[in-house]
Amino acid sequence: MSNINDIIKPENLVYKKADALSDNIMHYCPGCSHGTVHKLIAETLDELGIQDKTIGVSPVGCGVFAYNYINCDWQQAAHGRAPALATGTKRLMPDHYVFTYQGDGDLASIGTSEIMHAVNRGENITVIFINNGIYGMTGGQMAPTTLVGMETSSSPYGRDISIHGYPIKITEILAQLPGAAYVTRQSVHNATAVRKAKKAVKKAFEVQGKAIGTSIVEIVSTCSSGWKMTPTGANEWMTENMFPNYPLGDIVDKSKPKQEDLEQFPLK
Amino acid sequence: MGELKLMKGNEVIAEAAIRCGCDGYFGYPITPQSEIMEYLALREPWKETGMVFLQAESEVAAINMIYGGASCGKRVMTTSSSPGMSLMMEGLSYIAGAELPCVIVNIVRGGPGLGTIQPSQADYNQATKGGGHGDYQSIVLAPATVQEMYDFVELSFDLAFKYRIPAIILSDGVIGQMMEKVTLGEFKPRWTAEQIEQMSGSWATTGMKGRKMNVTTSLRLQSEDLEKHNNNLQAKYRTIEKEEVRFDEYMTDDAEYILVAYGSSARICHKTVELAREKGLKVGLLRPITVWPYPTKRLQELAQKAKGMMAVEMSAGQMFIDLKLAVNGKTPVEYYGRMGGMVPSPSEVLGALEKQLIGGANNE
Ligand SMILES: Cc1ncc(C[n+]2csc(CCOP(=O)(O)OP(=O)(O)O)c2C)c(N)n1
Ligand SMILES: [Mg+2]
Repeated sequence: MSNINDIIKPENLVYKKADALSDNIMHYCPGCSHGTVHKLIAETLDELGIQDKTIGVSPVGCGVFAYNYINCDWQQAAHGRAPALATGTKRLMPDHYVFTYQGDGDLASIGTSEIMHAVNRGENITVIFINNGIYGMTGGQMAPTTLVGMETSSSPYGRDISIHGYPIKITEILAQLPGAAYVTRQSVHNATAVRKAKKAVKKAFEVQGKAIGTSIVEIVSTCSSGWKMTPTGANEWMTENMFPNYPLGDIVDKSKPKQEDLEQFPLK
Repeated sequence: MGELKLMKGNEVIAEAAIRCGCDGYFGYPITPQSEIMEYLALREPWKETGMVFLQAESEVAAINMIYGGASCGKRVMTTSSSPGMSLMMEGLSYIAGAELPCVIVNIVRGGPGLGTIQPSQADYNQATKGGGHGDYQSIVLAPATVQEMYDFVELSFDLAFKYRIPAIILSDGVIGQMMEKVTLGEFKPRWTAEQIEQMSGSWATTGMKGRKMNVTTSLRLQSEDLEKHNNNLQAKYRTIEKEEVRFDEYMTDDAEYILVAYGSSARICHKTVELAREKGLKVGLLRPITVWPYPTKRLQELAQKAKGMMAVEMSAGQMFIDLKLAVNGKTPVEYYGRMGGMVPSPSEVLGALEKQLIGGANNE
């Protein structure tokens, strides 16, 4: 038997916490996807070596305190306005990496104007979009992404399309804009999904480095507290109900731009 | 020596921004101030100084682009008129809460609602009392000439950075649209990244290279923290009230009656003073240049010997309330004003002064 101290060596290290991830205890509920996505962003900053020149914009929503967990410079935006802050920042600091971190209420309801126009201008920013189909922070009210029939605290009898309209597929709408360079939808409910989501987040930042337009990663997420489910129950419910409405996979990928992409959206 | 030109008030704002080293302009078109953005678009300052110019999708977006730019320690500016300013109030409150410097120009038009595109001063309360939610202030400068439109842009940036506070240039459609001669200053270079790091490295989001992370935020969830933050803000406001009051006086030395007016109303009252003096009436004018901080102390001094004062403004007596608070009953205070885009004439003001104050005093 070898001594334990012989095993604990840098060359034997298979996994470590990202340097860009702080040691602060996260405030997220058990089963929440936010923390996992934070980790993926922090790992990306480490791996690309861009922590020192990254500026995050945190939303209003459960992700508001993202700056407590990911070590880089941050701006805290008003509800839905993160893409506008990111626009001002990126235009003035074009050699920095700028990303927004937004929930579905933030991005797909109150902030539709800001996200649409930021993407339409092809702002060279990265958007991390946490779609948990609910307003987590304010106690589980209906979001524009809430599924039909889903019960929330503000649609206690279930989302009724005759009253509330349909769940909005904002990512598909954004994908149609010529300024979108990379648009993908992922999830973090199991190890395979986390690995795929990690690749997507990293690619989104790499695309930003190429300055070919906006990169958007939607993460279909759970909110076990808001949904009033156990963490594992929420994962199962998401797989059965959210994925059919919000199918996973790449929607737009101009990371290797073709000539026609460049003509449609000339590089700044 | 500067360059002497005949220019429109709005255009001068844009030229001043370029020349004083502004880093970025974000705005949305609205009458009567669209010339500011049009001038910049035509002038293409990004080719000359590197200044960024972007037409935003709304005033909501514009003020939040400012929030982002100001967070980076950059000298950023937006301009609008009344309905657009209302949309900016959310962002302004966040910027004030996060203690960030920026310059905002309001070329005020008649309200409420869509109102009219004609000049007005009815956004006085919004500008001088915070305007959005929470206890906060912006420094508010009220130019009365096209030259002051020019001078106050750089002054606003200086004050905004000195105190890390939004500075508002509160003008109106009269001065925005008016052409007058103006002396343009020298071009000043924009701050370098090193200068910004040196000046604002303790708070600006410029990338955390070689230092701890910076966060610009208005969020303080613990009430104890937020009260402390508010106390700090209030202390800063008291300092500004002590240090930064600016005003101008015209024939107040021997004046028995004092008109108090800012911006374009002050121009009108200047003429009213001359008309009154021709009639042998001892009338003077105090013109607040900063409407916040308000020249309270000087007004109190003048109130000791004045027989009366009259606030003249193109609003329903918004500044009148500040005047009454300043004078605190020491002398009679009256108000005369027009609303909805109507501009009073000098003789109209004199008539009101004679009827409401001079006649009233003589009748007592
Ligand atoms: C202007 C404004 N309106 C409403 C709110 C209240 N509010 C805070 S968070 C939130 C919803 C957030 O939901 P989402 O963006 O989906 O984020 P989640 O908490 O689910 O991650 C709302 C409505 C606010 N803070 N500001
Ligand atoms: Mg949500």
